[in-house]
Amino acid sequence: MDAELVQERTEVRARQRQSRRHTAVSALGPLTALAGLVWALAQPYRITLLDPDKHGFWYLVIQPPLLVILVGAVFHFWVVPGLLADLERAEEEAVP
Amino acid sequence: MEPPPEVVHWMFGTGFVFLGLCLLAETIVGREVWRRRSWRRYLWPSVAFLMGVLMWPVMVFYTSSAIHMLAHGVWAQAMMLAGAAQLGLARGKLKNILWELTVPLAFAVSGGAFLIHEQNPWLFSRAAFLHHALGWTALAGAFVTLGLFARPRSQIFGAGFALILLTFSFLLFCDRNVAPIFGHLSPLAGGR
Repeated sequence: MDAELVQERTEVRARQRQSRRHTAVSALGPLTALAGLVWALAQPYRITLLDPDKHGFWYLVIQPPLLVILVGAVFHFWVVPGLLADLERAEEEAVP
Repeated sequence: MEPPPEVVHWMFGTGFVFLGLCLLAETIVGREVWRRRSWRRYLWPSVAFLMGVLMWPVMVFYTSSAIHMLAHGVWAQAMMLAGAAQLGLARGKLKNILWELTVPLAFAVSGGAFLIHEQNPWLFSRAAFLHHALGWTALAGAFVTLGLFARPRSQIFGAGFALILLTFSFLLFCDRNVAPIFGHLSPLAGGR
């Protein structure tokens, strides 16, 4: 009985830790995009698309806050899904 | 139609954000899970190597003095060496674990190049401030990655490595062609 309880508690702890890892990885992309959004709001003059006539090609294409949002999105939609699937598989294999 | 220098810095900053996110994710899930898919194993070394390759045109087209050119050449070689060594280790072509030391070496050499080639004090201009900050960040990166070499499973060193790269990106995004730093701009740097 005691052994069963200990095993159950160990499994619950392992699942909690695993879900924390899951949450942390899932949050990286959105947090990065949020940082870019906050930056865009703090320095709206960096968003040159709002005033396209005043800027040349490169300043219209390369806008750091939007690049940060883009990186967050690319990471979230390209890297994270496969990583979470592998993480879940590894967690399932780890649970006896 | 070359992009202005500050735009080039921002592009490299974008690359460093991506590298930082990849390394942070690797630290969170663990190296074994990260390397379950082969393309992911090669992801950050390839990006680092590519950034090293792209540093060469920056060296050719954007440097205005010999020391500036040499510094960019050193960064290009350092990033290519670290990226290529990591690719070789990931592929299994390189067996000796000492190749991992190319990363702290790249950081140390890059930091040295930043600090040596910037001849003005911290508050002379924004560029000077950023060069000093980047140089010391790179030297801190050398210590952190040395720690990661000694303790490869350490989450603190893993996260530290990622945060160093994110700091790099932050500093590169702060770069402007001419702008004050903390409200100060030397007359010699374009201030009135």
